[in-house]
This record gives sequence, C-alpha cells and structure tokens, in this order.
Amino acid sequence: MKINSVKIISLLFFILSAFYLYTAHQIQVFAFDENAPFNAKTFPIYLGYAGMFFSGLKIVLPDQKPIKVDPTNLEFKKTILLVFTMIVYGATILKVGFFLSTSLFLVFSYYFLGERRWKYIIIFSFPFVAIFMYLLHGVLAVYLRDPLLKYIGIMG
Amino acid sequence: MIEGILIGLKTALSFQNLMMVMIGCFAGTIIGMLPGLGPMTAIALMIPITYGFDPATGLILMAGVYYGAVFGGSTSSILINAPGVPGTVATAFDGYPMAQQGKAGKALAIAAYSSFAGGTISAIFLLIAAPSLSKVSLSFRSPDYFGLMILGLTAVAAFSSKGNFLKAMMMCVLGLMLASVGQDTLSDIPRFTFNTMNLSDGISFVLVVMATFAMSEALTIIIKGNDPSKAAKQISLTDLGSIKVNKEETKQMAATIPRSSILGFIIGVLPGAGATIASFLAYGMERNFVKNEEKEKFGKGSVQGLSAPETANNAACSGSFVPLLTLGIPGSGTTAVMLGALLGFGIQPGPRLYETNPDIFWSVIMSMYIGMVVLLILNLPLIPYIARILAVPRTFLIPMILFFSVTGIYLMSFNNFDIFLMIGIAVVATILRLYDFPMPPLILAFVLGGLMEENLRRSLLISDGSWSFLWNRPLTVCIMIAILLIVCWQIYTSIKSKK
Repeated sequence: MKINSVKIISLLFFILSAFYLYTAHQIQVFAFDENAPFNAKTFPIYLGYAGMFFSGLKIVLPDQKPIKVDPTNLEFKKTILLVFTMIVYGATILKVGFFLSTSLFLVFSYYFLGERRWKYIIIFSFPFVAIFMYLLHGVLAVYLRDPLLKYIGIMG
Repeated sequence: MIEGILIGLKTALSFQNLMMVMIGCFAGTIIGMLPGLGPMTAIALMIPITYGFDPATGLILMAGVYYGAVFGGSTSSILINAPGVPGTVATAFDGYPMAQQGKAGKALAIAAYSSFAGGTISAIFLLIAAPSLSKVSLSFRSPDYFGLMILGLTAVAAFSSKGNFLKAMMMCVLGLMLASVGQDTLSDIPRFTFNTMNLSDGISFVLVVMATFAMSEALTIIIKGNDPSKAAKQISLTDLGSIKVNKEETKQMAATIPRSSILGFIIGVLPGAGATIASFLAYGMERNFVKNEEKEKFGKGSVQGLSAPETANNAACSGSFVPLLTLGIPGSGTTAVMLGALLGFGIQPGPRLYETNPDIFWSVIMSMYIGMVVLLILNLPLIPYIARILAVPRTFLIPMILFFSVTGIYLMSFNNFDIFLMIGIAVVATILRLYDFPMPPLILAFVLGGLMEENLRRSLLISDGSWSFLWNRPLTVCIMIAILLIVCWQIYTSIKSKK
C-alpha cells in the first residue's frame, strides 16, 4: 500500500469519524428515550460508522487515479497571508466597525496578491465600501454595526 | 393548471420580480463567466440578499442567477476555452475553434439561441411534468423518502466525481455530520456543540455554502496560481465578429435542438446527473445523428456540435427542478443550494408545495421562461461588453469574492465566531479540493441531513426499530434496487478500469 496525501486525508477522516462516533455515544438522552427505537444519538452513531467505513475503504483499497500535487507549484505564502488577513478582518469587524475594517481588508488583500496600482487600490477600497454601505444601510435599510462612524457622527 | 399558470404569470410579471429575473440573469452571467466560479457560487453569493425579499421573489432571483451562470459559463468556454462551469466543457469543443476562426460572435449567438430553445422547451416539459409528478409523489411515505435521499446522495456521489466514488461518499458523510451539529429537532438535546452557545442553533447553511464554494473557489485560484484573466488577454474581446446566423446554420440548429432538449430534460430529472452529463451525452448523440461529412467538422467548429451541448445543459437545468419542486429532494448541488435557501424562508418544497404555495410553485416555473427571454434579449447584444469582465485581474476579483462572502455571513449573524468557522471550513475545503474531493455531495448531504434523520426516525418508529421498512413497500424496494445498481456499477467500473 502506497502512502500518499489522499491516504493521509482519509486517515484523518477516519480519526474524525471515530471521534464523532465516541462523541455521539456521549450524547445525553432522556431516560425514557434511552431504549427507544430512535433517539437523538441514533443517526449520529450510524454516521460515525459510515464515515469510518468509507474512509477505511479509501485507506485500504489502492488508488484508481492517484493525484499528484506538486507543492512547489502552490502559492502557499499568498494564500496564508490572505487567510491571516481574513482572520484579522473577522476579529476587527465588530469592534472597529464595518467601514474601516472592510476597506483595510481590501487594501491589504489587493496588495498581498500583487497589485501595486495605488489609484485602483484606493478606488476599490474606501469609496467602494462607502457606496456599498450606503446601498445597504441607506437604501435597503440593512443594519450595519459601525462604532467608529457612529462615534464621529456619520452613522446614526 | 391554467389557473396556476395565470397565478404564476401574475407573480412573475410583477415589476419587482421582472427586475429580479433581469438582475439575476445579468449577475449570473457575469459570475458564471469567470472561470472557476459556477452557478453554485453565484447562488451562494446571492442568498443573503434574497432573505430581504419574499420567498417567490428570492427564488425567482436565484433561478435567474442559475440560468445566467450557465450562459456565462458558455461565454468563457467559447471565448477563452476556459469553461466557467463543468456543464459547458462540451461547449468549448466546437465553440472555441469557431472563435479561433474569427466567428466568436456567431458562436455566442448559436449558444444563446440554443440555450433559449433548450430552456424554453424544457420549461414547457416542466410545466406538464411537475404537477403530475406532485400528485404521484403524494403517495410517498417516510421509508420511500429516506430511500430517495440515499439514492440522491449515492447518485450525486457516483456521477459528480468519476472514479472518486469513495471520496464523494466521504464528503456525503461529512456533510451529514456538519448537519447534525446543534440541537436535536425533536428532543432539543444539544449534539456536538462542545458547550458553546454559538453552535447550539447548528451551523448555518449559508455559511457552509459560502465556505465550500465562494471562499474555497477563491482560495483555490490563489493557491494554484491560476489567473483567469491571462487567457482573456490573448484574444480580442472588443471585436467578436457578427452575431448573425445564416439560413443553413438555422436549419442545422432546428434539427439538433428538439432531440437535445428532450435528452437534456430527462437527464436533468435524474438525481445526480445534471447539466454536465447531459451536455456530453447530447454532443455524443449528435455526432451519431449527423451525416459523415458533418461528423468530420466536429471538434473543428461545427454548428451542431456547439448547439447540442448548449441546448442540453439548459434543458437539464429546468429538468433538475422537477425532483426539487415535486419531491423536495434536490437532484444536483445547485438545486440543493436552492432547497437550503427555501428552507431558510420557512418553505418545505415537496408534493404539497403545489397546493400550499401555488404562487411560488408556478411563479418559479413561469420565471424560467421569462429568464430565457431576458437572457436572449438582454445578454446577446451586451455580450461584447460583458465579455470584458473576463479581463478583470485576480488581484481585484479574489478580494471581492472574499469580501462578499464574509459580509454575507456578518450581515446574517453579527458574530465573529461564524466568520472564523467559515474561514476554517473554507481552508479545509480548499485542501480537499486540491486532492479532488468533490464539494457538491457535501452540500447536498448537508441540506438533506435534517430531512433524512426525520424520515429515518419516522420509519424506525413505525417499524418498531426494525430495518424491514426498507423492503416492506414495493416502491421502497425499487428505490433500494436502484441504489444497489449504482453501487454495483461503481464497483464494476473500478474493477474494469484496473484491468
């Protein structure tokens, strides 16, 4: 049996299914429901077994079409930077407010992906977000939490 | 039925709904045109917007986006040989060579006319088939529904990923696992919430769709280093040539369209098959139907070679609405997304939808026809301008997709946890995509999870815990045989391919 990335993913899925099955068994059901033909843990238990069955088969059986992904051809740096930017965006959107956090997220994302034309970076960030906010908040009356704009008196 | 059609027409032709069809078709065309972003991504991005409307309007918008995205996919297939959606891969076989011969405008026009004809003919089929099937499906019981859902998942797993049946089944189980998070619907007992309130309501459907499609599509484009706009820069998007189709070509299309429409509709109705299989089958069938001299032109810019897959993929789109509207069971990933959105509106599609919400049932069917007309008269003249979107660099495109995804979730919950969960699921989905783990089975399973558990619960309670409900009714037996046949076929093909 050749070990490849698909087999490793299948093994991880097998472990996840085993953990899921264990957690399913820990679900506390009502005493009168314990011996019922179907209770809150019946379906998850079947799912846990199904997950282990399919991932087990994938681990054991030979690969029909082995996938070759060359890590040297993948752009890890850009992807990680982008994911990190999203996490920071997600963490700040409520505290800093929609306008500033979204505009900065867009500026950094454009930059990390290789864009260097600052004219377009600026146009497609701050003014773009302002128009988007106006459409949502002003026209469609969708609530947008923005403590910063509220503080400086732009938003009610 | 006439009364229903009139109700549907009245709803679909209201100013707001007409606008929604137009916006949907237009937005769908633009998103579908971008390689890598298909109808599922387009619809996923629209879901948060649709929650601001009534269900009929929301569904009409999504149907418009669906058709628009399929049409947009054909445009990128023809112009840059990069199909926006799998259903338009066969379109590139003859569409791209035609564009290389300087007849890009003509190829786009043939694709538009064929899509219109295929979509219209199958909308008529849907008009006839859906009410009749609704009546038949009233006789379905819980075991039949449970069996049908297993059949749907197995079929999608079998067809959506050729040679990756086990991977697809693993994705089905993962989708069902994600659906099981949160309180049990009957007893309210928390499951897999790990004592956090953020998970007690379960994982939002929009979150999962956005993460596995919009966001992970964007991350996949970045990690693979693809730049969809590079191919667009190699051709002239400003001079596409004439869009006029001559008599001879019209005659050829007239012969192709009816047979491809029928084939496309039938394939679309089958669970799991959908537009991709329909377009390939139609292409193959057409090649067998034409004369030998025309056969030689296939792959080199044949009118019939382009018309057949384009007709069939649009016909299959309408066909895929049949199981959704009549049984409440989606036959494809895209209709699964629509089912999820409908459930979000508090509407349960199924045989009773025809009686309980006739305005939704009929207006969706009527809006399909209107959508076809809109696509033809709005998009065809605008194609030279819309095509320039293909040249939007990924440096702007990707952050915009990520922004719309995060904003969509933020507007729904105002909760950081949901954003982090979405990013986490998107990262996992991106890794899985790299190794060819298909996402449509995951979404279908996630949407069907709750319904499946409910029907299994009823079936097991009725049969007092015995699994004999799987062979007690002839209909359930037929469904189980179909499932077995699909599984056996998968085993047979895998053994055959090894030899």
